[in-house]
Amino acid sequence: MEILKNASAGTLESSDVYVEIEPGTGALEISLESVVENQFGEAILKAVREVLRECQVQNAVVRVVDRGALECVLRARVETAVLRAIGETASLRTAARTEDAQAVVDCGKEAG
Amino acid sequence: MRRSMLFLPGNNPNMLINGNCLGADAVIFDLEDAVSPAEKDAARILVRNTMRYMDFRGCEIIVRINSIDTPYWKADLDAVLPYKPNLILLPKTGTASDALGVDAYMAQVEARTGLEQGSIGLMPLIETAMGVENAFSIASCSKRVKALFLGAEDLTADLQCKRTKEGREIEYARTRLVVAARAAGVDVYDTPFTDVNDDEGVVKDASYAKALGFTGKASISPRHVEVINQVFSPSLKDITYAYEVVEAIAQAKAQGKGAISLHGKMIDAPIVARAERTIAMAEALGLGKEERHE
Repeated sequence: MEILKNASAGTLESSDVYVEIEPGTGALEISLESVVENQFGEAILKAVREVLRECQVQNAVVRVVDRGALECVLRARVETAVLRAIGETASLRTAARTEDAQAVVDCGKEAG
Repeated sequence: MRRSMLFLPGNNPNMLINGNCLGADAVIFDLEDAVSPAEKDAARILVRNTMRYMDFRGCEIIVRINSIDTPYWKADLDAVLPYKPNLILLPKTGTASDALGVDAYMAQVEARTGLEQGSIGLMPLIETAMGVENAFSIASCSKRVKALFLGAEDLTADLQCKRTKEGREIEYARTRLVVAARAAGVDVYDTPFTDVNDDEGVVKDASYAKALGFTGKASISPRHVEVINQVFSPSLKDITYAYEVVEAIAQAKAQGKGAISLHGKMIDAPIVARAERTIAMAEALGLGKEERHE
């Protein structure tokens, strides 16, 4: 998927994570701020890369600000940011075309 | 068994991930009113992931999807049905046709994802005057409908009256829904008590709902869950009496009698049926026959 515009998802509240994504300059660039970075930094980055790979995002700048989110929350926020950045929301895609909805669901499944 | 159902905002990770330790018999992941239009996509994905990764053992999962007059409801079902919620709560159900339309789409998703047909239940949320008037036809329109749920906030707006703690304005709707649901053979759940700081008020409101025949009650606050569970659980006195009734009727049958007297009152079929329901609920709650003697 080609990242067409800047987008974000999530919040800076406890147990959540804020994810920003924008068009890249030829590769993936991921930055991370987390209160648990020393212990879980690698695991967080691994999960972010997995979701991006399953959503076929190869060229983007991604900023992750973690507030102690569980992995299921992290994966949800990255997926949401990607879907917003490709120019359509999941809900509108799904309402318009069932195949797209399934693709969105599949994207989440594979990301897990 | 659902005595209490706790609403959790669908885009709030802190509430969602702790939903299984707040004491409710069921949690309702809310994709509708608790989520702004701009966050519908985020909430849908977050709820889907929560269902997929979190263990809610011992706590039923209900998802309130968006109503059928929005562009969101099919996407909501596409996202959550593969993770087998116990029930889908359908807001603003006004007619049997509304419920049947969602029933049909759920069947499509079940077929597409390899789920057993009809395995996920539907609970119409009755919160319009039209819904109240059509309650029985909604409750009986499909085997997928497992319960009715009263939503008083939207209903009173539709009725153009004020919502009060006393609830006289929803008296007709409450009794109408209980009768409709029982006639259709399904459960029925009462609207939340919305003053989270009124601990006495919620006891009174829940007790009244139980007295009318409601199966259980929803809550928007974890503070109300324990109280609702207590109100909708059988008391030790009820359980003890229920076992006495069952034992008495067994003796009557052994003696070739159809009815028998217990504590000076005639025990007949409706009393036995009520006693059996009480015992079933007590056993489900772990309040067995032995514990009543302690």
